[in-house]
Amino acid sequence: MSENVAAHSEHEETTTGLNHRKLLMWAFLGSDCMFFGSLIATYVIYQGKSKVGPFPEDVFSIPVTSVSTFVLLMSSMSMVLAYAALTRGNMKTFRVWLFSTAILGMTFLAFQVFEFHDFANHKVELDCTNIVMGELTDHEKSFAHKCAAEGVEEFKEQHGLTPRTNLFGTTFFTLTGFHGAHVTLGVIWLLSIAFHSFRGGVRPETNLDLDLAALYWHFVDVVWIVIFTVVYLFGVFPGI
Amino acid sequence: MAEDNISATSTNQESSQDAHTGHPTPMTYFKVAMALSVITAIEVAIFYVEDLGHGIIPILVILSAGKFALVAMFYMHLKYDAKLFSGFFIGGLILATTVGIALLGLFKFFA
Repeated sequence: MSENVAAHSEHEETTTGLNHRKLLMWAFLGSDCMFFGSLIATYVIYQGKSKVGPFPEDVFSIPVTSVSTFVLLMSSMSMVLAYAALTRGNMKTFRVWLFSTAILGMTFLAFQVFEFHDFANHKVELDCTNIVMGELTDHEKSFAHKCAAEGVEEFKEQHGLTPRTNLFGTTFFTLTGFHGAHVTLGVIWLLSIAFHSFRGGVRPETNLDLDLAALYWHFVDVVWIVIFTVVYLFGVFPGI
Repeated sequence: MAEDNISATSTNQESSQDAHTGHPTPMTYFKVAMALSVITAIEVAIFYVEDLGHGIIPILVILSAGKFALVAMFYMHLKYDAKLFSGFFIGGLILATTVGIALLGLFKFFA
């Protein structure tokens, strides 16, 4: 992010010598760190405190979330490539990468919608003819007695996870929901810039507009890096 | 479109300038993306290694911090930008971490 960034950030006639819009964006990102820090801390505090299921090990699918994480990471790459293309004055390439970023962002959101829907419709399914207690989660164990009580070969009952189900549901949906809202805002922002560029509103010499959107987008990415590790990977690991 | 035709010569010149001034080139961005993907794959692979026990926590924290640093340094170009920007971001990060540790201390470890 080359000379143009330097031109914007280091030769401004301001009290700091830095562009105040960019400084304001960094101040906002710093404050957003505290916002997400509080939400992540709240999730960790209440981890393992839920009285009823489903629990993380019942609903999380690490392979699916890994793919959505990969999608978001790749969107960061396409974002910087869009910025690099704009800085070089290559408008066609800039638009291709910017639309790619928005599409990857929407793909991530689609994964999140799928995940939320899947969690809300989670079912406890037990093969009553072959129950091995050691292979069941704590939530499933609480239904094992129903096999004998109801005298069925297969037990199936819907027990979805919603924000009202338990502490896990409340803290999980609040944290990931706010992150999803940030991604949604980012996608709208990127699409606005893309469409604005068709009307000549985005030029190499005014690349700060894109730079600010890019900073926001990368921030959303780094927050997800933390959420993926703390919420998903640590969430399923026993004993944490 | 006229604006699309900004010369290839100019593009080549800037690429070479990037290389000389130490600012990231598209190839650097691509390499960072590959590094992020590989680290994520390692994280997921480690997650399925049951023998690690609680040793998994510091490993995942270090890998996650590495990914965070790569994005912040290269994609958010903190490595190349004014130090005041880093100060604002790292300041917020330190405050967030402090608040998180304080909350954990109050409600989890000393409750």
